[in-house]
Amino acid sequence: MDGKKFDTKPVTIRIKKIIQESDTVNTYVFDYELGAKPGQFVMMWIPGVDEKPISVAYDDGSEFWLTVCNVGHATDALFKMKEGDFVGIRGPFGTYYRIDEGDHLALVAGGYGAAPMYFVAVEALKLNCKVEFLIGARSKDFVLYTKKILGLHGVNLHISTNDGSMGFTGLVTNLLENVILEVEKIDKVFTCGPEMMMKFVGDIAWKSGIDCYVSVEKYMKCGVGVCGQCAVDSTGVLACRQGSVMKYNYVRDLCEFGKYHRDAQGKKIYFGEKK
Amino acid sequence: MANLGIKFCGVEFANPTVLASGILGVTASSLKNVIRNGAGGVTTKSIWLEEHKGHKNPTMFGTENYFINAVGLSDAGIEKALSETFPEYNDGKLAPIIASIVAGKIDDFGLLAEKISECNPDIIEVNISCPNVENEFGKPFACVAGDAAKVTKVVKKALGGIIGGGKNIPVIIKLSPNVSNIGEIAKACRDAGADGFCAVNTFGPGLAVDINTRMPILTNKVGGVSGPGIKPLAVKCVYDVFKATGAPIVGTGGVLTGEDVIEMMMVGARLVGMGTMVYYRGVEGFKKVVSEIEEWCEKNGVKNLEEIIGTVKI
Repeated sequence: MDGKKFDTKPVTIRIKKIIQESDTVNTYVFDYELGAKPGQFVMMWIPGVDEKPISVAYDDGSEFWLTVCNVGHATDALFKMKEGDFVGIRGPFGTYYRIDEGDHLALVAGGYGAAPMYFVAVEALKLNCKVEFLIGARSKDFVLYTKKILGLHGVNLHISTNDGSMGFTGLVTNLLENVILEVEKIDKVFTCGPEMMMKFVGDIAWKSGIDCYVSVEKYMKCGVGVCGQCAVDSTGVLACRQGSVMKYNYVRDLCEFGKYHRDAQGKKIYFGEKK
Repeated sequence: MANLGIKFCGVEFANPTVLASGILGVTASSLKNVIRNGAGGVTTKSIWLEEHKGHKNPTMFGTENYFINAVGLSDAGIEKALSETFPEYNDGKLAPIIASIVAGKIDDFGLLAEKISECNPDIIEVNISCPNVENEFGKPFACVAGDAAKVTKVVKKALGGIIGGGKNIPVIIKLSPNVSNIGEIAKACRDAGADGFCAVNTFGPGLAVDINTRMPILTNKVGGVSGPGIKPLAVKCVYDVFKATGAPIVGTGGVLTGEDVIEMMMVGARLVGMGTMVYYRGVEGFKKVVSEIEEWCEKNGVKNLEEIIGTVKI
């Protein structure tokens, strides 16, 4: 066969520590050699409840973090769990942000996207990159990870909020345009956040002639390229295998990007449409 | 070079490999991608009359030896198939498509077959053997010869196939391996008008437990088992169905390589379904399997793949 390791059974490990990031966001810390690269995700199993794809927020080889927002029944059950409880992990899965030595990067995070982008920043610094870290959120309550990011030497943090309660008033895309003008040369833009935001970020990078990589998030079941739930129109490539990190040059030609996604039954849901 | 073309119930396939139902079959773009990766044909994910929710995750995982799943037949319903999946697949159609249909009530299979025939699928596969919805619907129809035959009759009648008045789309019945005599069930379906079979669906259901939490891993608790470990069991089922009916069969179960395809064909399969193969070799695995079949034919002086069907010396 093709020499891969085929075990994708969940490994149950204990939650080592729970860090409360905000009223609705927790970071779960695990002692485990996951071996994830920035931008990769795991399937996190809450035993007996559900399993959801979560981006890795940090991995130093012996410890990793998952930052989770409480949005539904699965995370609700997770938020009731305590340190020492077991959760299941499958992965890491998917592609990752490739960082070249010495690059000047703009990392553009929408809301909770700050967590996986933090992992990118940590790895980028090891490769002597300069990092402009942009976070956009509705208001200051949704701006995460600022302390951790400010603790990184060589990272410039830029914040925008829609209501002006923190940093620049407006959209993170406006902030990105300013940063591109101010900084001598941005080599690459990496972005993670809501799809519509990533589309606008990608378009700005495209117009500026900068390579951009986005994290394509679709409804996932298997995570291993079998079920077809995350196939994207119109090429049929799988977000869990050829993604989640994909080059924007490719993504902008996908007819569904920025327009619709699919639910667990495979039905189209257009952005802006109520479920 | 050997001719790998296969005629199945009058439908021409460029090679004998077919994507099995439930794998990479949510959208037309995904099905087309499978064809571009070398498959001779595709089967849709099973289509219901109405939207059907599947089970919660975890719905599947794999190991070196087996794969287990309980997706629970999630589907958006026939409207999506009619308005989206088939029109998109048929636009610049690359290879034959098998429409898989599923229902909880026998009469609904007839309604489904009639509706889906509007999209002109090349073949209709009647899924009466999923082991993952027993809580909802009880034992699959494929486990009782009388029930399996009734469903076959309803579908054939709806299509007008028996009297030749309708569209006459070939109907194959997807059989369950979880029975004591699969040949007898196949025979009952054949007598009721089945044009062929897909043998077999997943085994079990099986149960996998996480020993730290002492909990079943799949949210549905149990799930159908597939993958390399079940191949000899599936090969035996295909042999039994072929012996009992002589009908065309899509042999499915644990097939990962070109040599596995040859083995399935020798016991009677005309086409060979692959699903879990995608887990082990990726969607590009279809191309690899096809070139392995070519290599085998070359080495063994087989000019036309049809020559080997049912040639096992037992």
